Amino acid sequence: MDSTFGIIFSAIFVTNIILSQFLGLCSFLGVSKSLKNSLGMSAAVAFVMILATILSWVIYYLFLVPYDLVYLKTLVFILSIATLVQLVEMFMKKNMPTLHKAMGVFLPLITTNCAILGIALINVQRDYTFAQSITNAIGTAAGYTMAIVLFSCLRERLEGPEMPQCMRNLPIALITASCMSIALMGMSGIH
Amino acid sequence: MLKELTKGIIKENPLFVQLLGVCPSLATTGSLTNALGMGAAFTMVLIGSNLIISAIKSFIPEQVRIPSYIVVIASLVTVIEMLMEAFVPDIYAALGIFIPLIVVNCIILGRAEAFASKHGLWSSLQDAVGMGIGFTLALAIIATFRELLGTGKLLGIPVLGAAYHPMLILILPAGAFITMGFVFAAVNYLRQRNEVRHG
Repeated sequence: MDSTFGIIFSAIFVTNIILSQFLGLCSFLGVSKSLKNSLGMSAAVAFVMILATILSWVIYYLFLVPYDLVYLKTLVFILSIATLVQLVEMFMKKNMPTLHKAMGVFLPLITTNCAILGIALINVQRDYTFAQSITNAIGTAAGYTMAIVLFSCLRERLEGPEMPQCMRNLPIALITASCMSIALMGMSGIH
Repeated sequence: MLKELTKGIIKENPLFVQLLGVCPSLATTGSLTNALGMGAAFTMVLIGSNLIISAIKSFIPEQVRIPSYIVVIASLVTVIEMLMEAFVPDIYAALGIFIPLIVVNCIILGRAEAFASKHGLWSSLQDAVGMGIGFTLALAIIATFRELLGTGKLLGIPVLGAAYHPMLILILPAGAFITMGFVFAAVNYLRQRNEVRHG
Protein backbone atom coordinates (compact mmCIF):
# COMPACT_ATOMS: atom_id res chain seq x y z
CA MET A 1 0.00 0.00 0.00
CA ASP A 2 2.98 2.33 -0.30
CA SER A 3 2.31 3.41 -3.86
CA THR A 4 0.85 6.87 -4.42
CA PHE A 5 -2.53 5.48 -5.36
CA GLY A 6 -2.47 3.07 -2.45
CA ILE A 7 -1.80 5.79 0.09
CA ILE A 8 -4.49 8.08 -1.28
CA PHE A 9 -7.11 5.34 -1.58
CA SER A 10 -6.36 4.07 1.88
CA ALA A 11 -6.46 7.56 3.42
CA ILE A 12 -9.84 8.34 1.88
CA PHE A 13 -11.73 5.07 2.25
CA VAL A 14 -9.99 2.49 4.39
CA THR A 15 -8.51 4.51 7.22
CA ASN A 16 -10.69 7.59 6.86
CA ILE A 17 -9.43 10.17 9.31
CA ILE A 18 -12.83 10.84 10.85
CA LEU A 19 -14.86 7.70 10.38
CA SER A 20 -12.24 5.15 11.32
CA GLN A 21 -9.44 7.00 13.11
CA PHE A 22 -11.61 9.43 15.11
CA LEU A 23 -9.39 12.46 14.59
CA GLY A 24 -10.79 15.95 14.10
CA LEU A 25 -14.19 15.10 15.51
CA CYS A 26 -14.74 18.45 17.24
CA SER A 27 -14.78 20.25 13.91
CA PHE A 28 -16.66 17.39 12.26
CA LEU A 29 -19.52 17.68 14.75
CA GLY A 30 -19.16 21.42 15.28
CA VAL A 31 -19.23 23.01 11.84
CA SER A 32 -21.15 20.39 9.89
CA LYS A 33 -24.55 21.99 10.37
CA SER A 34 -24.38 23.74 7.01
CA LEU A 35 -22.80 22.73 3.72
CA LYS A 36 -21.17 26.12 3.22
CA ASN A 37 -19.28 25.99 6.51
CA SER A 38 -18.20 22.43 5.86
CA LEU A 39 -16.66 23.42 2.55
CA GLY A 40 -14.79 26.34 4.13
CA MET A 41 -13.56 24.10 6.91
CA SER A 42 -12.41 21.39 4.48
CA ALA A 43 -10.43 23.90 2.45
CA ALA A 44 -8.77 25.25 5.58
CA VAL A 45 -7.98 21.75 6.84
CA ALA A 46 -6.49 20.71 3.50
CA PHE A 47 -4.35 23.83 3.41
CA VAL A 48 -3.05 23.58 6.96
CA MET A 49 -2.58 19.82 6.77
CA ILE A 50 -0.30 20.03 3.75
CA LEU A 51 1.59 22.95 5.26
CA ALA A 52 1.97 21.23 8.61
CA THR A 53 3.15 18.02 6.94
CA ILE A 54 5.88 19.83 5.03
CA LEU A 55 6.97 21.74 8.12
CA SER A 56 6.96 18.80 10.48
CA TRP A 57 8.79 16.56 8.02
CA VAL A 58 11.54 19.15 7.53
CA ILE A 59 11.91 19.78 11.25
CA TYR A 60 11.87 16.09 12.12
CA TYR A 61 14.47 14.90 9.61
CA LEU A 62 16.67 18.00 9.55
CA PHE A 63 16.80 18.83 13.25
CA LEU A 64 15.30 16.25 15.56
CA VAL A 65 16.81 13.10 14.07
CA PRO A 66 20.41 14.39 13.61
CA TYR A 67 20.51 15.79 17.15
CA ASP A 68 18.79 12.77 18.68
CA LEU A 69 15.87 14.81 19.99
CA VAL A 70 13.10 12.61 18.61
CA TYR A 71 11.36 12.43 21.99
CA LEU A 72 10.60 16.16 21.73
CA LYS A 73 8.53 15.71 18.58
CA THR A 74 5.11 16.31 20.15
CA LEU A 75 6.23 19.57 21.74
CA VAL A 76 8.10 20.84 18.70
CA PHE A 77 5.36 19.91 16.22
CA ILE A 78 2.53 21.60 18.08
CA LEU A 79 4.50 24.79 18.63
CA SER A 80 5.77 25.05 15.07
CA ILE A 81 2.36 24.29 13.58
CA ALA A 82 0.67 26.87 15.81
CA THR A 83 3.25 29.52 14.95
CA LEU A 84 3.05 28.80 11.25
CA VAL A 85 -0.73 29.00 11.16
CA GLN A 86 -0.61 32.28 13.03
CA LEU A 87 1.86 33.73 10.53
CA VAL A 88 -0.09 32.48 7.54
CA GLU A 89 -3.25 33.99 8.94
CA MET A 90 -1.61 37.39 9.39
CA PHE A 91 -0.17 37.24 5.88
CA MET A 92 -3.51 36.23 4.43
CA LYS A 93 -5.40 38.96 6.23
CA LYS A 94 -3.11 41.60 4.78
CA ASN A 95 -2.54 40.31 1.25
CA MET A 96 -5.46 38.04 0.39
CA PRO A 97 -8.55 39.45 2.08
CA THR A 98 -11.08 37.49 0.01
CA LEU A 99 -9.41 34.17 0.76
CA HIS A 100 -9.08 35.17 4.39
CA LYS A 101 -12.76 35.90 4.52
CA ALA A 102 -13.63 32.49 3.10
CA MET A 103 -11.50 30.34 5.36
CA GLY A 104 -9.82 32.70 7.80
CA VAL A 105 -12.25 32.14 10.63
CA PHE A 106 -11.50 28.44 10.58
CA LEU A 107 -7.72 28.78 10.67
CA PRO A 108 -7.18 29.45 14.40
CA LEU A 109 -9.71 26.72 15.14
CA ILE A 110 -7.72 24.01 13.44
CA THR A 111 -4.36 24.87 14.94
CA THR A 112 -5.27 22.68 17.86
CA ASN A 113 -7.29 20.24 15.77
CA CYS A 114 -6.07 16.74 16.52
CA ALA A 115 -6.27 15.76 12.84
CA ILE A 116 -3.42 18.09 11.95
CA LEU A 117 -1.04 17.03 14.70
CA GLY A 118 -2.21 13.46 14.23
CA ILE A 119 -1.19 13.38 10.57
CA ALA A 120 2.20 14.92 11.35
CA LEU A 121 2.82 12.21 13.95
CA ILE A 122 1.44 9.36 11.80
CA ASN A 123 3.70 10.33 8.87
CA VAL A 124 6.74 10.16 11.11
CA GLN A 125 5.58 6.95 12.78
CA ARG A 126 5.19 5.19 9.44
CA ASP A 127 8.63 6.38 8.21
CA TYR A 128 7.13 7.96 5.11
CA THR A 129 9.42 9.72 2.66
CA PHE A 130 8.77 13.37 1.88
CA ALA A 131 6.67 12.56 -1.21
CA GLN A 132 4.72 9.88 0.65
CA SER A 133 4.01 12.26 3.52
CA ILE A 134 2.60 14.86 1.18
CA THR A 135 0.54 12.20 -0.60
CA ASN A 136 -0.82 11.02 2.71
CA ALA A 137 -1.72 14.59 3.72
CA ILE A 138 -3.56 15.15 0.43
CA GLY A 139 -5.42 11.85 0.72
CA THR A 140 -6.35 12.49 4.32
CA ALA A 141 -7.62 15.97 3.53
CA ALA A 142 -9.70 14.49 0.70
CA GLY A 143 -11.09 11.90 3.10
CA TYR A 144 -11.93 14.62 5.60
CA THR A 145 -13.69 16.65 2.91
CA MET A 146 -15.68 13.66 1.73
CA ALA A 147 -16.82 12.77 5.23
CA ILE A 148 -17.75 16.27 6.38
CA VAL A 149 -19.49 17.29 3.15
CA LEU A 150 -21.63 14.15 3.03
CA PHE A 151 -22.31 14.44 6.73
CA SER A 152 -23.45 18.05 6.51
CA CYS A 153 -25.87 17.17 3.71
CA LEU A 154 -27.33 14.41 5.88
CA ARG A 155 -27.51 16.70 8.87
CA GLU A 156 -29.47 19.35 7.00
CA ARG A 157 -32.03 16.61 6.32
CA LEU A 158 -32.17 15.61 9.97
CA GLU A 159 -33.61 18.97 10.99
CA GLY A 160 -37.03 18.06 9.61
CA PRO A 161 -38.23 14.65 10.79
CA GLU A 162 -39.80 14.04 14.15
CA MET A 163 -37.83 12.15 16.74
CA PRO A 164 -37.71 11.86 20.53
CA GLN A 165 -36.56 15.13 22.04
CA CYS A 166 -33.51 13.54 23.65
CA MET A 167 -32.21 12.27 20.28
CA ARG A 168 -32.11 15.68 18.63
CA ASN A 169 -28.83 17.24 17.48
CA LEU A 170 -25.76 15.40 18.70
CA PRO A 171 -27.08 11.87 19.44
CA ILE A 172 -28.76 11.46 16.06
CA ALA A 173 -25.72 13.02 14.37
CA LEU A 174 -23.47 10.43 15.98
CA ILE A 175 -25.76 7.60 14.91
CA THR A 176 -25.73 8.99 11.36
CA ALA A 177 -21.93 9.05 11.49
CA SER A 178 -22.05 5.44 12.60
CA CYS A 179 -24.01 4.50 9.47
CA MET A 180 -21.43 6.29 7.33
CA SER A 181 -18.70 4.38 9.12
CA ILE A 182 -20.49 1.09 8.42
CA ALA A 183 -20.64 2.03 4.74
CA LEU A 184 -16.87 2.49 4.70
CA MET A 185 -16.29 -0.84 6.44
CA GLY A 186 -17.00 -2.48 3.10
CA MET A 187 -13.67 -1.08 1.92
CA SER A 188 -11.65 -2.44 4.79
CA GLY A 189 -10.70 -5.68 3.06
CA ILE A 190 -8.96 -3.93 0.17
CA HIS A 191 -5.18 -3.95 0.28
CA MET B 1 -14.65 22.56 51.04
CA LEU B 2 -14.38 19.95 48.34
CA LYS B 3 -16.90 21.53 46.01
CA GLU B 4 -14.31 22.13 43.26
CA LEU B 5 -13.68 18.41 43.30
CA THR B 6 -17.23 17.14 42.97
CA LYS B 7 -18.43 19.52 40.26
CA GLY B 8 -16.32 17.85 37.54
CA ILE B 9 -17.77 14.42 38.15
CA ILE B 10 -21.43 14.99 37.30
CA LYS B 11 -22.59 18.58 37.16
CA GLU B 12 -19.83 19.80 34.83
CA ASN B 13 -18.69 16.46 33.45
CA PRO B 14 -16.22 17.36 30.68
CA LEU B 15 -17.52 14.85 28.15
CA PHE B 16 -21.26 14.56 28.83
CA VAL B 17 -22.00 18.14 29.79
CA GLN B 18 -19.26 20.25 28.22
CA LEU B 19 -18.87 18.00 25.12
CA LEU B 20 -15.09 18.29 25.17
CA GLY B 21 -12.60 15.54 24.40
CA VAL B 22 -14.76 13.64 21.94
CA CYS B 23 -11.92 12.14 19.88
CA PRO B 24 -10.24 10.01 22.56
CA SER B 25 -13.60 8.98 23.98
CA LEU B 26 -14.45 7.29 20.70
CA ALA B 27 -11.02 5.95 19.89
CA THR B 28 -9.94 4.47 23.20
CA THR B 29 -13.17 2.92 24.44
CA GLY B 30 -12.96 -0.35 22.54
CA SER B 31 -11.99 -2.06 25.77
CA LEU B 32 -12.36 -1.05 29.40
CA THR B 33 -8.62 -1.51 30.02
CA ASN B 34 -7.74 1.02 27.32
CA ALA B 35 -10.35 3.46 28.56
CA LEU B 36 -9.00 3.32 32.09
CA GLY B 37 -5.43 3.69 30.81
CA MET B 38 -6.43 6.73 28.79
CA GLY B 39 -8.32 8.17 31.75
CA ALA B 40 -5.30 7.71 34.02
CA ALA B 41 -2.87 9.30 31.55
CA PHE B 42 -5.28 12.17 31.00
CA THR B 43 -5.80 12.74 34.73
CA MET B 44 -2.06 12.78 35.43
CA VAL B 45 -1.44 15.35 32.71
CA LEU B 46 -4.36 17.46 33.90
CA ILE B 47 -3.21 17.42 37.55
CA GLY B 48 0.33 18.36 36.51
CA SER B 49 -0.74 21.14 34.16
CA ASN B 50 -3.27 22.63 36.58
CA LEU B 51 -0.70 22.66 39.39
CA ILE B 52 2.13 24.13 37.31
CA ILE B 53 -0.04 26.75 35.64
CA SER B 54 -1.62 27.75 38.91
CA ALA B 55 1.86 28.07 40.45
CA ILE B 56 3.38 30.19 37.68
CA LYS B 57 0.26 32.14 36.70
CA SER B 58 1.60 35.48 37.97
CA PHE B 59 4.79 35.21 35.87
CA ILE B 60 3.11 34.55 32.53
CA PRO B 61 2.48 37.66 30.44
CA GLU B 62 -1.15 37.93 29.33
CA GLN B 63 -0.34 37.97 25.59
CA VAL B 64 1.63 34.72 25.46
CA ARG B 65 -0.37 32.73 27.96
CA ILE B 66 -1.87 30.21 25.51
CA PRO B 67 1.52 29.23 24.00
CA SER B 68 2.95 28.97 27.51
CA TYR B 69 0.15 26.63 28.54
CA ILE B 70 0.75 24.52 25.46
CA VAL B 71 4.46 24.23 26.29
CA VAL B 72 3.66 23.11 29.85
CA ILE B 73 1.06 20.59 28.66
CA ALA B 74 3.23 19.23 25.84
CA SER B 75 6.17 18.69 28.19
CA LEU B 76 3.97 16.82 30.65
CA VAL B 77 2.51 14.70 27.88
CA THR B 78 6.02 13.78 26.73
CA VAL B 79 6.92 12.71 30.27
CA ILE B 80 3.75 10.61 30.65
CA GLU B 81 4.31 9.09 27.21
CA MET B 82 7.82 7.94 28.18
CA LEU B 83 6.63 6.60 31.55
CA MET B 84 3.84 4.62 29.92
CA GLU B 85 6.15 3.23 27.26
CA ALA B 86 8.47 2.01 30.03
CA PHE B 87 6.00 0.64 32.57
CA VAL B 88 2.78 -0.30 30.75
CA PRO B 89 3.93 -1.05 27.18
CA ASP B 90 0.73 -2.97 26.31
CA ILE B 91 -1.57 -0.06 27.05
CA TYR B 92 0.93 2.30 25.42
CA ALA B 93 0.81 0.27 22.22
CA ALA B 94 -2.98 0.01 22.29
CA LEU B 95 -3.55 3.74 22.80
CA GLY B 96 -0.89 4.61 20.22
CA ILE B 97 -1.17 8.09 18.81
CA PHE B 98 -3.84 9.16 21.29
CA ILE B 99 -1.28 9.63 24.06
CA PRO B 100 0.69 12.40 22.28
CA LEU B 101 -2.64 13.81 21.16
CA ILE B 102 -3.55 14.59 24.78
CA VAL B 103 -1.65 17.80 23.96
CA VAL B 104 -4.51 19.05 21.84
CA ASN B 105 -7.23 17.76 24.16
CA CYS B 106 -9.44 20.78 24.67
CA ILE B 107 -10.34 19.84 28.25
CA ILE B 108 -6.79 20.35 29.52
CA LEU B 109 -6.24 23.67 27.78
CA GLY B 110 -9.76 24.68 28.78
CA ARG B 111 -9.15 24.00 32.47
CA ALA B 112 -5.83 25.87 32.31
CA GLU B 113 -7.46 28.92 30.77
CA ALA B 114 -10.77 28.87 32.63
CA PHE B 115 -9.69 27.65 36.04
CA ALA B 116 -6.00 27.16 36.93
CA SER B 117 -4.97 30.61 35.70
CA LYS B 118 -7.41 32.21 38.12
CA HIS B 119 -7.30 30.00 41.22
CA GLY B 120 -4.81 28.85 43.83
CA LEU B 121 -2.95 25.55 44.02
CA TRP B 122 -5.39 23.69 46.29
CA SER B 123 -8.48 24.59 44.26
CA SER B 124 -6.70 23.78 41.00
CA LEU B 125 -5.66 20.39 42.30
CA GLN B 126 -9.25 19.62 43.30
CA ASP B 127 -10.51 20.83 39.96
CA ALA B 128 -8.02 18.62 38.10
CA VAL B 129 -8.81 15.52 40.15
CA GLY B 130 -12.56 16.07 39.75
CA MET B 131 -12.38 16.64 36.00
CA GLY B 132 -10.02 13.67 35.66
CA ILE B 133 -12.42 11.38 37.51
CA GLY B 134 -15.36 12.74 35.52
CA PHE B 135 -13.67 12.10 32.19
CA THR B 136 -12.41 8.65 33.21
CA LEU B 137 -15.89 7.74 34.41
CA ALA B 138 -17.42 8.87 31.12
CA LEU B 139 -14.87 6.82 29.15
CA ALA B 140 -15.49 3.81 31.41
CA ILE B 141 -19.25 3.97 30.87
CA ILE B 142 -18.89 3.96 27.07
CA ALA B 143 -16.18 1.28 27.18
CA THR B 144 -18.26 -0.97 29.44
CA PHE B 145 -21.10 -1.06 26.92
CA ARG B 146 -18.78 -1.58 23.99
CA GLU B 147 -16.61 -4.28 25.50
CA LEU B 148 -19.40 -6.15 27.27
CA LEU B 149 -21.77 -6.29 24.30
CA GLY B 150 -19.07 -6.39 21.63
CA THR B 151 -17.00 -9.26 23.03
CA GLY B 152 -18.96 -10.63 26.01
CA LYS B 153 -15.94 -9.84 28.21
CA LEU B 154 -15.06 -7.16 30.70
CA LEU B 155 -11.43 -6.21 31.36
CA GLY B 156 -10.59 -9.24 29.23
CA ILE B 157 -12.46 -11.67 31.53
CA PRO B 158 -15.44 -13.53 30.02
CA VAL B 159 -18.61 -12.35 31.74
CA LEU B 160 -21.60 -13.15 29.59
CA GLY B 161 -20.79 -16.82 29.00
CA ALA B 162 -20.48 -18.87 25.83
CA ALA B 163 -24.19 -18.69 24.98
CA TYR B 164 -23.91 -14.95 24.30
CA HIS B 165 -23.28 -14.10 20.68
CA PRO B 166 -21.04 -11.00 20.66
CA MET B 167 -22.08 -7.99 18.57
CA LEU B 168 -18.71 -7.49 16.93
CA ILE B 169 -19.71 -4.18 15.39
CA LEU B 170 -19.59 -2.46 18.76
CA ILE B 171 -15.84 -2.75 19.04
CA LEU B 172 -15.35 -1.46 15.48
CA PRO B 173 -15.32 2.27 14.65
CA ALA B 174 -19.00 2.27 13.69
CA GLY B 175 -19.87 0.87 17.10
CA ALA B 176 -18.05 3.73 18.80
CA PHE B 177 -20.27 6.28 17.11
CA ILE B 178 -23.48 4.42 17.76
CA THR B 179 -22.72 3.73 21.45
CA MET B 180 -21.74 7.34 21.98
CA GLY B 181 -24.96 8.46 20.26
CA PHE B 182 -27.13 6.38 22.59
CA VAL B 183 -25.16 7.33 25.70
CA PHE B 184 -25.57 11.02 24.83
CA ALA B 185 -29.27 10.46 24.20
CA ALA B 186 -29.60 8.87 27.64
CA VAL B 187 -27.77 11.78 29.26
CA ASN B 188 -30.06 14.24 27.43
CA TYR B 189 -33.12 12.28 28.51
CA LEU B 190 -32.10 12.33 32.16
CA ARG B 191 -31.26 16.00 32.03
CA GLN B 192 -34.55 16.96 30.38
CA ARG B 193 -36.50 14.90 32.89
CA ASN B 194 -34.64 16.66 35.71
CA GLU B 195 -35.42 20.07 34.25
CA VAL B 196 -39.11 19.26 34.03
CA ARG B 197 -39.14 18.08 37.62
CA HIS B 198 -37.26 21.06 39.05
CA GLY B 199 -38.04 23.74 36.54
